[in-house]
Amino acid sequence: MKRFLAHVRIVALKDLRCEFRDRQVLNAAISFSLVVLLMFSFTFDPNTNVEVRSLSAGLLWVVYLFAGVLVLNRGFARETANDCLDALVASPLSGDALFLGKTISSCTLILAVELISLPVFGIFFDSNWLPHFGRLLPVLALGSWSFAAVGTTFGAITANNRLRELMLPLLLFPVCLPALVACMSVTWGIFDPTAVTEIGPWLRLLIGFDIIYTLLGVLVMDTLLRAA
Amino acid sequence: MSEPAIRARGVAKYFGDFPALREIDLDVRSGSVLALLGRNGAGKTTLLRILAGLSAPSAGQVSFPAADAGDRERQSRIGVVSHGAWIYDDLTAAENLRFFCGLYGVADPGPVVATWLARVGLERFGDSRAADFSRGMRQRLTIARAFLHEPKILLLDEPWTALDDRAAQLLSGLLDQARREGRSAVICSHQLREAFETADEVALLHRGRLAFRGDIDAGLRAHPQSLYDRLP
Repeated sequence: MKRFLAHVRIVALKDLRCEFRDRQVLNAAISFSLVVLLMFSFTFDPNTNVEVRSLSAGLLWVVYLFAGVLVLNRGFARETANDCLDALVASPLSGDALFLGKTISSCTLILAVELISLPVFGIFFDSNWLPHFGRLLPVLALGSWSFAAVGTTFGAITANNRLRELMLPLLLFPVCLPALVACMSVTWGIFDPTAVTEIGPWLRLLIGFDIIYTLLGVLVMDTLLRAA
Repeated sequence: MSEPAIRARGVAKYFGDFPALREIDLDVRSGSVLALLGRNGAGKTTLLRILAGLSAPSAGQVSFPAADAGDRERQSRIGVVSHGAWIYDDLTAAENLRFFCGLYGVADPGPVVATWLARVGLERFGDSRAADFSRGMRQRLTIARAFLHEPKILLLDEPWTALDDRAAQLLSGLLDQARREGRSAVICSHQLREAFETADEVALLHRGRLAFRGDIDAGLRAHPQSLYDRLP
């Protein structure tokens, strides 16, 4: 167990170290989310349209999912350069440790993008998110984990596919739909306590989604790596 | 007689209908270096990938009788030099080696990394990113990466690629030391002279079949190309 946890830690740290060395993906994902939020703020002007406020949580999570794809695409792409994926398969690293390490690093990066773009969202959509931050943070973490867990599993499937940048979102978006709807609903419920949305069931759905797809990734990763 | 380090029985590999390997039976003795030779497309790399656990055989099996252990434990006893460098360009040389020390459970990686950087002549480049390395430097880092956990079995695919004479000498020295310590190695190469100077035994693959298997004698060392006279 100690060795397993050590493997999870070194894979996660290796990915984060690689990313923070040049910040290519982080910069791209943050820029992307800011640009899309800006475009949404002009397209759906919250100052002239009250209905847009109720949509804003949905728009926010769509932006997070799109930005998350940029992060997730890089997760296994880094392993295909110099055939590093072979190095991992030929080592004593187990598939579940690799999956958890990569999911932790991707989740951290997605969460960083979300936290940086949240204040900008507040400005563009005239949303006072700060008083709700304590309740919002666990939702951001759970949502990021759901994207990261599904994205890491599909990232292993598409790792050696020449069209992986296209394939990953095609596989990811439909599967992540329940998590996306849950994140939107919980966030809307937090932003607007008068909303009819009940947070509890959606939160349970999100937690259940995370558990199921984490277990799935842990169980199938070894097989996926051998087939890759 | 001691158990072989590697035992392959009836190993075959098909890519679609194409037979890349057919009925390969091969033992590698403990403490021996085997040169796995053959022309392009003979199946050398395919066999090496199967031995390394990177590819499953379509038929037959590979075992490591002298290092009987579970799958993961077995992998920790193998060191591989492959066509790809298996190093991360975004990490420095020292970070790359530290990462692989972590994967292979090397205790106290700091001194091990420093020792290996010095052994392969990269001690001044420990903090340089692998992306900035020349091909020869990358190959030396690759060799350090493959040897640093002191594997019982070494699987080396074209290990002399891009190495200068000093680095080639270093590699030969490492293999000699491994042999003295009772470890085994399989080397795929097109460089017959280097392979014969380093190895004790030779296996010649031809169109996916084992065409010749024997010890390397003085005749082969003097006339390496004569190996191909043994092809059917």
